[in-house]
Formats: sequence, structure tokens, C-alpha cells
Amino acid sequence: MLNDLMYDLDIKHAPDAGGHFKANGTLFGGRFAAETLMQPLQEIEQAFFDAWADPKFHAERLDLLKHYVGRATPLYHAKHLTAEVGGAQIYLKREDLNHTGAHKVNNTIGQALLARRMGKNKVIAETGAGQHGVATATVAAMFNMQCDIYMGREDIRRQAPNVFRMKLLGANVIAVDSGTATLKDAVNEALRVWVASCEDTYYIFGTAAGPHPFPLMVRQFHTVIGQEARAQCLAQAGKLPDVAVACVGGGSNAIGLLHPLRDDDIRLVAVEAAGYGLESGEHAAALAKGSPGIIHGSLSYLLEDDEGQVQGTHSISAGLDYPGVGPELAAMMENGHLELDSATDRDALDAFQRLTKAEGIIPALESSHALAAGMRIAAGMMPDQIVLINLSGRGDKDLGTVMDMLGLSCDTQEFSA
Amino acid sequence: MSRLSEVFMRCQSEKRTALIGYLTAGDPDISTSESLFLRLAEHVDVLEIGMPFSDPAADGSVIQAASERALAAGTHIADVFSLASSVREVYPDIGIVLMGYANTPFVLGFDVFSKQAAAAGVDAVLLVDMPPEEGYLCDDIFKRYGLDRILLLSPTSNEERIKLANKHASGFIYYVSLNGITGADMGEMAEIKHKVHAIRAHTDLPICVGFGVKTAEQASQVATFSDGVVVGSHFVGQITTHLKQRETMLSAISSAAHTMKTALQA
Repeated sequence: MLNDLMYDLDIKHAPDAGGHFKANGTLFGGRFAAETLMQPLQEIEQAFFDAWADPKFHAERLDLLKHYVGRATPLYHAKHLTAEVGGAQIYLKREDLNHTGAHKVNNTIGQALLARRMGKNKVIAETGAGQHGVATATVAAMFNMQCDIYMGREDIRRQAPNVFRMKLLGANVIAVDSGTATLKDAVNEALRVWVASCEDTYYIFGTAAGPHPFPLMVRQFHTVIGQEARAQCLAQAGKLPDVAVACVGGGSNAIGLLHPLRDDDIRLVAVEAAGYGLESGEHAAALAKGSPGIIHGSLSYLLEDDEGQVQGTHSISAGLDYPGVGPELAAMMENGHLELDSATDRDALDAFQRLTKAEGIIPALESSHALAAGMRIAAGMMPDQIVLINLSGRGDKDLGTVMDMLGLSCDTQEFSA
Repeated sequence: MSRLSEVFMRCQSEKRTALIGYLTAGDPDISTSESLFLRLAEHVDVLEIGMPFSDPAADGSVIQAASERALAAGTHIADVFSLASSVREVYPDIGIVLMGYANTPFVLGFDVFSKQAAAAGVDAVLLVDMPPEEGYLCDDIFKRYGLDRILLLSPTSNEERIKLANKHASGFIYYVSLNGITGADMGEMAEIKHKVHAIRAHTDLPICVGFGVKTAEQASQVATFSDGVVVGSHFVGQITTHLKQRETMLSAISSAAHTMKTALQA
């Protein structure tokens, strides 16, 4: 039974000692950090491996994941959507039902416990859609830690409800105006602040990117997603899924779902944000359209020009609006373990509405990208096959954006008509 | 002997501490930038030419703004090399260091980058986000083209890291005087001195101190225990202050550099 699900705590497919994921002669990942951060990063690495080997750490972490976060999250057989799409059975991994409304809290619980182990009482984080910011502010409130969240001013504008949640939780939200005023600039600013405060401050990195050990550590904290989904699918459907689908910005929900399925015979699909279209030049598809580059502490795929200047990105969803991607996903793609797909703003908006109407579930715009691609894939498959889609977050934060896109407003006339 | 070694030997024989000056290439535009570098070169022993980058995560607001101005003015890597060339033509003995972020040479290709840098008369490369651990990408190539690799050390660098840097660095060691970004407030002078002595126990390379040196007084204090003083944000600040007045800007750079140089000779 699922209640007895024992999580596998072995670290599989680990990077080398320097945090490199090897593929075709390229060493993705690594630790491309300022000298000042090298020692603090080594300390975090050491603390992480110590903690990971300590049953007490996992006991507390898994207890919080169960009683505070609400894990295991359900695997839901979306029969109505399946009937509508026609084709493979669609199963949704309901990460949207986690406390705080997205998968991000799996990681912030783990890293906050680590920060406490290391005696750091102050945490900082970057955020794009605000989900990681909310998840960080939430654990900081619970652990009574001081918390500063860096967020691009453009993202503050489009994800206002999450900004208010962070403030209610007691975090300081600091607007970032440099560069494009979105997620990448928030990471730059958090790194600048961390360099100056690393002695007493822990940086809760929000995605499976950044300098080693963040890509490995964030992955490990999120593998609960894929491990649960695998066991649940076997229990509920009697077999493993044929395809597993997740959206990719930095890639934390994707690596969390897909990594535990790596050694099975399952197609692993990463869905990037195609914005106005992959050929429009206005998208955030780093794996499909980028090239190897070094930013935010690791070597991975990056949207950049031929002199390495990072390019502006566009996506309807703030959480995917990032020019880079986690190094392990880049290595998996190079090694042929990952299929690429993408969804435009329009595809995501359609998928958002379809799931809402068919199943009564309002998905995050980020997750709507995975849904759009997942439904397309399912439509071309047989009814005895299974497509597993990671529903990484809920859509409450996106209602303003969606209303704008659909030309709706909340005035009373509209609703009485 | 490398040109950088000769620079530090010369300074030593003249009983003074080397002055290392930084500006971002192409700030505020390519032609003014060339004039600014030529003015700065009259006074400094080593010139650090900043390669503008879209995401300067180790820089404070002053140098971030410089990078943004340079990119907005259309500065390309070819302009950076041609700027180095122009300085080299006029100043055959000055040290020239290209400073920036790893992605610039990585995307160009370390081999192509190094070849062009060497041809432009560059002596060394300093990449703030390329620690010795990732040197497998560049160390051999830099060596092949006769380029020194400048490595940073900081207050958080322990003995093990000091030894590691010494093993991989050449030219000089750049000691970052504070835990922070460029242009921040300088740390406690006694602590900086203490750390420089700790580093000296493990290296024969010259040790230069930078990040936060803004006044002549700070420079002359740092000079008492280091081989070189790096001034960056303070010089870039002259551009910011006189942004619309080219002539005033040029004389401000000359005068700021002259003041620093005098402080180091005292």
C-alpha cells in the first residue's frame, strides 16, 4: 500500500565529485562560482552528504512531507480528459495539491532543514512565478528564519498574489530592476547578496541548476515525485506509464518526475515554453534552441548569442521564463535519454482551460505546457497505453494573466449577464 | 620572463606598489572608451580591460551599469581585442589583463579567444566565475598562447584553496579584500593585511588587492603589504559622474589615476 511506500534514498546517476554530468565529452554542471562562494558551496555539499546519510534527517524531512506538505500526492486518472482527447490514458501527478500549491516545497523543506543543521538562521531565495518564493517564505515562517526573496519587477507585476502571500508569511520581497527584471536577474541579484552574506546566510536555490551541489541536491529532494508516481501507477493501473511528461524552466519538477523513471523503458519528455513560437525568437526553449553556455554557476544549455550574451526570453508563464536549464537535463538530452517537446503560450492557455472544464482542476500555466504536449502525445497513442503528466502546480496565481489573455474582467455585469 | 613578471620586478626596483586600473571596454561607447583606456594607461602599470557581459553576477551597481552601457553601445568581443591592440601599440611595456566572465571565452571557444587575445598583445585573463576546479577548460590553452591565468582568492579561501590557487595561477594572485561584489565597502585593513601574509606563505607570485579600494588613503595603506592595488569601480565612477561630457570625463580619469599613482609612490 502507498501508506507504506518507502522512498529509495540511494543517490543514483550521481555526477562526478566536481558536480559534472558527462555527455558526449562535455562536462555539464560543475561549479562556476566566484572564489568567495567556493568554500561556502563546499560546506553545503559536505552538509548535504552528511545529512543524506543520516536517518534522523530523513525521518524529520519525510515526516514534514507527510504531515505538513500532504504527501504522498495523488496520482489521478483523468478519465474525462482522456475521453475527450481520445488515445492513451492520461494520469496526472497532483503536485498542485502540495501545501503552497506546487512541487517547490519538497525542495525548500529539505534545504531549510539543511540550513538549520548548518546553524544558519537567515535564508535568501530567488523566484520567478513566486512559487519557490512562497515555498521558501513558508518554511522560513515555520522554522522561524529570517527570509529575503529576490524577484524581478516584471514578475512581481504578473504574479501579484504570490507577492502578497510572501509578505503575509513574513518575508521581505526585494524587487530586482537590472537586466530584463525577470528570473535570471533575480538569480544574479541573489548571488550578489549571498557573496556578501554567505557567513550567516543560506541560499535556498529554487531549481535543479546553479553551482554544484544544487543540481544534485534539488533533484534528490524532488525525486519523491517520480518515486511515488511510479509506485502509484503500478498499484492503480497495474503497469508503468509508457510516457512521462513534465514542463521545463530550470527543470526541478521535470528532474523530480523523470529521474526515478530513467532506468525503466519509459519515454521521458521535457516540454519547454515556446512562447510565441519556436521560430519567433521569443520563447524560453533553452534545450531546443540554445547552445552550451555558462551562467549562474553551471555549464548547461543557454539561450545566448554567438558571443555568449544571454538573450531575453518570453513565456506566458513566469516560472518557465528563464534562458537556462538544469545541467542534468542537458546531459540527459545529449545522451538521448530525454525527448524534447514544446508548447506555445496559446497551447498552454488552451490546455489550462481544457483541464479546468474537463476535470475541475485549475492548473498552473507552467504545468499547462506539460498538459498541452501530454494531450498531443496521448492523442496519437492507443487506449491501453499510459501518459503520465506532472501537474506541478495549481493555477490560482495565474488567474489575472489568464483573464487578461481571454479579455475577461471580474466586474459584476459580466457575471450577472 | 612574462611581461607581467617584468612589470612587478620594475615596480619593485622602483620601490613602489603596482597600480592596476580597471574600466569596462566600450563604456560609454567604443571610441570614448579607447581614449579613456589610453589616458588610464599613462598612469597604471597594469590595465584590466573588462569584457562586457549581460549577466555580471559578481559586480556591483557601478560596473553592472558600465556593462549595460557598453552592450547598448554595440560593443563586441572584436572591439575588446582591438582596444587591447591600440593600447599595446602605444604602451609596449604595460601589463594588459582581460577580465570578465567564463561564458565569453567559452562560447567563442577558448582556443580562438586565446589566439586573438595573444595577437592583440594581451598578457593575462581573469575570469571571475572560473575557479581552479574548472580550469580543465582553459589552463592548457592559455599556457599554449603564453597567457597568464589570474586567479582570485578571498576572505573565505582556506589554506587548501590558497595552495590550489597557487598551483594553477600565474602572473599574479588577485586578493578580493571583502566578501562581496565589486565596489562594496572595503573590509578591515588589519584583516586584509593578515590574509595577504597568510597567502604569501604559500606563493611566490605577486599579490594584488582589489574590490573596494576607492580612496588614495586606502590605496596607500594597502600598498604597505601588497605588490599591487586594483582600482575599478572608482575609475568607472568617473565615467558615470561625467557621462555626457567627454572632455571632462577624460580629464577626470587622468586626475583620478594620477592621484592613485601618487598615493602608491609615497
